[in-house]
Amino acid sequence: MLILTCPYCGVAADETELTPGGEAHLTREAPGSDDAAFEAYLFQRENPKGVHFERWRHSYGCGKWFHAARCTQTLQVYGTYPAQTSAPPQAICDKISGARPGWSWRLFG
Amino acid sequence: MKRYSAFAIAREGFRAHKGWDRAWTAPEPRKNYDVIIVGAGGHGLATAYYLGRNFGITNVAILEKGWLGGGNTGRNTTIIRSNYLQDPSAAIYEKARSLYETLSQDLNYNVMFSPRGLIMLAQTHHEVRGYQRTAHANKLQGVDTEWISPTRVKELCPIIELKGPRYPVLGGLYQERGGTARHDAVAWGYARACSAMGMDIIQNCEVTGIRTEAGRVRGVSTTKGEIDCQKLGIVVAGHSGVLAQMAGFRLPIESVALQALVSEPIKPCMDVVVMANTVHGYMSQSDKGEMVIGGGADGFNNYTQRGSFHHIEETVRSLIETFPMVSRLKMLRQWGGIVDMTGDRSPILSKTPVDNIFINCGWGTGGFKAIPGSGWGFAELMATGESALCEAFSLDRFRAGRFIDESVAAGVAH
Repeated sequence: MLILTCPYCGVAADETELTPGGEAHLTREAPGSDDAAFEAYLFQRENPKGVHFERWRHSYGCGKWFHAARCTQTLQVYGTYPAQTSAPPQAICDKISGARPGWSWRLFG
Repeated sequence: MKRYSAFAIAREGFRAHKGWDRAWTAPEPRKNYDVIIVGAGGHGLATAYYLGRNFGITNVAILEKGWLGGGNTGRNTTIIRSNYLQDPSAAIYEKARSLYETLSQDLNYNVMFSPRGLIMLAQTHHEVRGYQRTAHANKLQGVDTEWISPTRVKELCPIIELKGPRYPVLGGLYQERGGTARHDAVAWGYARACSAMGMDIIQNCEVTGIRTEAGRVRGVSTTKGEIDCQKLGIVVAGHSGVLAQMAGFRLPIESVALQALVSEPIKPCMDVVVMANTVHGYMSQSDKGEMVIGGGADGFNNYTQRGSFHHIEETVRSLIETFPMVSRLKMLRQWGGIVDMTGDRSPILSKTPVDNIFINCGWGTGGFKAIPGSGWGFAELMATGESALCEAFSLDRFRAGRFIDESVAAGVAH
């Protein structure tokens, strides 16, 4: 059972209490953007075998959206953080770098 | 390759079965091939087989990082059906189903295709309308399905409980020619036929990089050295994104774990496949007597081949309502496979941004049934550059908005 700690209410929630929301930190393309950018926003995903930044909603708790850093290969959770950010916080990146030297965020620029 | 036959069994019986050949050879990779297929699962092997059989291309290597058929080909619930709603889906799945009918004869290998019939239960009024629509669409597509009443459902599957209470059975979409096959035998049969045509199946050989030059593929780096090729086919299901990254492009795919389980073996009690999509469960009985049960997919990215256990609980809980006898069964084992989900729940059989790299992926929760049709179409695409079966499943459909929306018709828990 995947357990994530909600950064808002502090509850260590089972995954049955949460709703997954897919890849985090996507740039939302607006009308007027070109087709390639819009396609990337809507459909194309990093889908890494490794560190994944993703959105979760604490549906059966406080109801708020938050982000998690998790490894899709080991299911290790590196941490959770509030959703009001466009990039992973430095503290979490440092923690991941400690566990996986040479790691970098975003395989595709 | 020595043909398998009743005569061969009798002949070998007289000499202590010492004359059988290996079903396929285990060669070391050569330096160069016309075509390399990455992934020796059902789809990869079928592609190689039809490249040889239909197009005479036999200078082919099939690379597999684990063992042959050890990924999703060995992890599915073996269901074969073609009752899809959209025309492109109906065409490729029906092609696959029809090839399954004679596959044992074609491959000279018993894949144990069992056209025992398949019912998709309608348990809400929405489903009734949806499946009646599918039945009409299938008539126009030449796919043999029919809408049947609850009484007929009970005749076909006496262990079913029609009355609910939450989800009464209101009817079903019945495909009499649907059924199951022995999943491993499908991979083994194709592998044996490929090997007999002189193709190299190289197991325990992981692709670690893809070499390109001026936007064109040159070869692959593997744990067994560098191998050059003219054309490359990527057929690796859950790991498609990893291979695509090596080639430098992204896919509209996310990899998640899908689970299944089997019960202890019991006496024959169910000779059709039943899918109950509203409650997220489907069940058939294997030849060994185990009840084979398909469960749900996780909603988060995962490469571990382990799913979350609460899905098992949900699946069994909901099946008990429709099949009360399941409550007395002990479950024997449970497993997970990594499935590659696309946005419209339809596969991708396509050229890619890199010349001469082709990709066959995105079969998501329902690839086994499509193996022969997928191999047939993808081999045509790789050999000739175009294929009527694959055309609609191209990678650029997401940019163009030409979705093949099977979110409902795919009929498994998404």
